[in-house]
Amino acid sequence: MTRFIFRRALLALSVVMTVMALAFVLTRLSGDLAISIAGPGSTQADVEVIRKAYGLDRPVLVQFFDWTRLALTGDFGNSFFFKDKVSNLIGQRMPVTFTLGFTGLAVALVISLPLGILAALNENTWIDRLVSLLVMVGQAMPSFWLGLILMIVFGLQLGWLPISGTGSWQHFVMPAIVLAFTAVPALTRLMRSGMIEALGSDYIRTARAKGLSRSSIIFKHALRNAAIPVVSIAAVQLGFMLGGSIVIETVFALHGVGYLAWESISKNDFPVVQAVVLVLASIYIGLTLVSDILNALLDPRLRGA
Amino acid sequence: MPRLKELGFVIGLVIVGVVFVAAVIGPWLTGHDAFAQNLNARLIPPFWMEGGSSQHWLGTDQLGRDYLTRLLYGARISLFIGILTVITSGIIGTTLGVLGGFYGGRIDDAVLFVITCRLSIPVVLVALAVVGLVGSSLTLVVTTLGLLLWDRFAVVARATTMQIRSLDYVNAAWCSGCSPLDIMRHEILPNISSHLMVVCTLEIALAILLEASLSFLGLGVPPPLPSWGLMIAEGKDYMFFSAWVIMIPGIALFTLVLGMNMVGDGLRRAFGTQVIK
Amino acid sequence: MTAILDVQNLAVRFGPTLAVRNASFTVQKGETHCIVGESGCGKSVTALAIMNLLARNARRDAKSIAFAGQDILAYSDRQMEDVRGNRMAMIFQEPMTSLNPSYTIGSQMTEVLRRHHNTTRDLAEQRAIGLMQRVGITAPQMRLGQYPHQLSGGLRQRVMIAMALMCDPELLIADEPTTALDVTVQAQILRLLAELKQELGLGILLITHDLGIVARVADHVSVMYAGEVIETGRTADLFANPSHPYTRGLIDCVPVPGKIKPGEALGSIPGTVPVMKDGFSGCAFRFRCPQASEICTQAVPRHEVGPNHLVQCHLPSRQGGAQ
Ligand SMILES: Nc1ncnc2c1ncn2[C@@H]1O[C@H](COP(=O)(O)OP(=O)(O)OP(=O)(O)O)[C@@H](O)[C@H]1O
Ligand code: SF4
Ligand SMILES: [Mg+2]
Repeated sequence: MTRFIFRRALLALSVVMTVMALAFVLTRLSGDLAISIAGPGSTQADVEVIRKAYGLDRPVLVQFFDWTRLALTGDFGNSFFFKDKVSNLIGQRMPVTFTLGFTGLAVALVISLPLGILAALNENTWIDRLVSLLVMVGQAMPSFWLGLILMIVFGLQLGWLPISGTGSWQHFVMPAIVLAFTAVPALTRLMRSGMIEALGSDYIRTARAKGLSRSSIIFKHALRNAAIPVVSIAAVQLGFMLGGSIVIETVFALHGVGYLAWESISKNDFPVVQAVVLVLASIYIGLTLVSDILNALLDPRLRGA
Repeated sequence: MPRLKELGFVIGLVIVGVVFVAAVIGPWLTGHDAFAQNLNARLIPPFWMEGGSSQHWLGTDQLGRDYLTRLLYGARISLFIGILTVITSGIIGTTLGVLGGFYGGRIDDAVLFVITCRLSIPVVLVALAVVGLVGSSLTLVVTTLGLLLWDRFAVVARATTMQIRSLDYVNAAWCSGCSPLDIMRHEILPNISSHLMVVCTLEIALAILLEASLSFLGLGVPPPLPSWGLMIAEGKDYMFFSAWVIMIPGIALFTLVLGMNMVGDGLRRAFGTQVIK
Repeated sequence: MTAILDVQNLAVRFGPTLAVRNASFTVQKGETHCIVGESGCGKSVTALAIMNLLARNARRDAKSIAFAGQDILAYSDRQMEDVRGNRMAMIFQEPMTSLNPSYTIGSQMTEVLRRHHNTTRDLAEQRAIGLMQRVGITAPQMRLGQYPHQLSGGLRQRVMIAMALMCDPELLIADEPTTALDVTVQAQILRLLAELKQELGLGILLITHDLGIVARVADHVSVMYAGEVIETGRTADLFANPSHPYTRGLIDCVPVPGKIKPGEALGSIPGTVPVMKDGFSGCAFRFRCPQASEICTQAVPRHEVGPNHLVQCHLPSRQGGAQ
């Protein structure tokens, strides 16, 4: 088990390093950074000053190692636009994104687990088909569009919830619902197929042969096994959701990391962009690691290994 | 193909077919130009609403451009991006997956590592960053999405190649002295192509959805091109008074993606493809 | 002797497929009744039908299924739940997958006792330990805390048997309990079942495709073919006087009658078991039967060729045997 965790952690670390390189390359794609920082209408002299000031005159590899070294200590440099340390900016915005992500995941689980179980228990009936239809609809629904519709209905017409901003918990309701919507299809499918597989297994036949009640068979014997992959995938799904929060935060002007990323991309604020990509990717990598370990802990067959 | 006749698959196929035909010939039939502005005829509602006009069936946008024409033109853009993206990502993903599945060992480890790295990158964010930092254009959107959306191709190609590699006729081909490249081209590819078809349809749907998201955020297809995402973004300012401005392109987007997914799902069940996400 | 289980005219269908047709047999208290037949002839389906554990797409019909004198055919799902695992227990063909991987052996064994009887966890564990010892599991105390994957196939099947005995059942249905195990373990398990029958006065319905096993442990045999019981009788009578051409074929396949060794499978009769669909009539064995004749396409009568020895074939009547 420790060996397994160690090897998984090592893999995670090398993925993080690769993503760092990618995040660095990403911001060099736009050509000469000094020119884009200086902005339109600046003179050649201005550009040269900026090039020196930001250390952009040094060889690219030196710049990369410098950035990496500092990034590993949590120092991502300064934002051009916000005139603040990037780490501060991200630190301030992270709680909003995490709140959104966790609420979204919780809502998604509350919706998708019962739906998946319901569909599995009624396999190939109209209930099952209705759930599949819902999953299909969920998959095809553009999240930003759903967000706008909710705004019109609950914000404007019913006046129940604030339309945008970050002020109170009410501001998180619609974004969390929309974010949850993006995770519901995958989780429902997984729960359904896991439950169908579990219900058709030999140990369920044994449980029935023991005269156990229907509820004990479903909730004790089948659910335990069907839920293992769902629980571990939920961690991965949270990572997806944090990555996808950029669209939703922008729609609802929710000042989280995603919104920060959008602002800095529009403003060519490359240190922030780099850092957000790296941070979100690292969180995702961390979560998949957690997911694998969780999976091993929940499944007695893997626990001993 | 035992279950291709399913209702969902047929409905999906009809939706995709109709959108395809509409995209190809539609913009020429409306009698309007998708780019012609008319500031005297702004935000005319669709014909069934009060103040609608028989001139503009689906009304006009905030610059007085015919909404139906733009919607049909937008279908072209969506399908164009979906298809081109999948061609790019399909080539990348299939190559990686087949190599990993065929050779196994070190090469497979490397392929798995690349897939893991790709999966840990937040797609929307990186696509936005690239388009935002480099400058938005149709080609760039296609290239970026193509370079990002190959993961499912790789995963499915790898898994199915592994299955097929151990089968008798592949071994027979080995023995008769065929080169690895020949075996991959003539034995593996034709046999995994049905599974790749499934991924294709699902991935076209995803690409269309992502392009709309990027364009909605103002970092995808540049105006004045009528991408559906962009139409929704442009309509956002007016949506509280004229909800139809965002409803029309939204419904179009939703329907096309739904149709694509239904086709993909029907194929998936018919071919028994395992699509892990 | 009293019957613990009496099945009359059992039929099970999956859509148009008739998996079991018109099967009748009786299991006496304190005796082992073997059902024997080729793969796919409907043995497992028969067992599951008795327990009312068939898949949802199955339809069960019968004149009666009497368990300890009660017709369980009419039982509600709740009533049947109270019987299953309690008075009527079953062990399955697949020891490797029949235990829940997520729960300990102890939890799975005590669960069944606590479901049917009002007892404490401690008492239930005591009983589990006692039974595990009885079925030859070493270090039972330790096994209670282990998970199924930590046990070998033979041990798991012993756990299944011990678990089936937790509530002191009157009938034990064992569906090929040794098929998945190696030969030495097979012999141990069979000996164990025989001992348990003696000790506890259990009725055992043992399903197998192995005539060697039948010869060694059965008091009574029913031979199944294509979903029908085509011959049933006391083991000695049936081996001495096999009256159905199929039974004769089976016995002839075994080299030296009387010296049948375990592990000798059936199926050396040319041809395969046909799948029965709606509208089939006549004898299902006629395509492989060396004595088949014109009349065999007609409904087959049942003859009593000895005490408690029934056969379903046209031959006895053709040879002048009375109806
Ligand atoms: N769930 C099911 N759905 C459809 N048909 C089934 C189902 N279960 C069993 N059958 C059919 O019923 C017939 C009898 O199956 P059964 O499992 O009873 O055979 P068996 O005698 O136990 O064979 P084996 O020795 O292989 O265990 C088979 O032909 C099978 O196709
Ligand atoms: S009924 Fe006819 S075909 Fe069937 S076993 Fe008897 S003799 Fe053979
Ligand atoms: Mg069986």
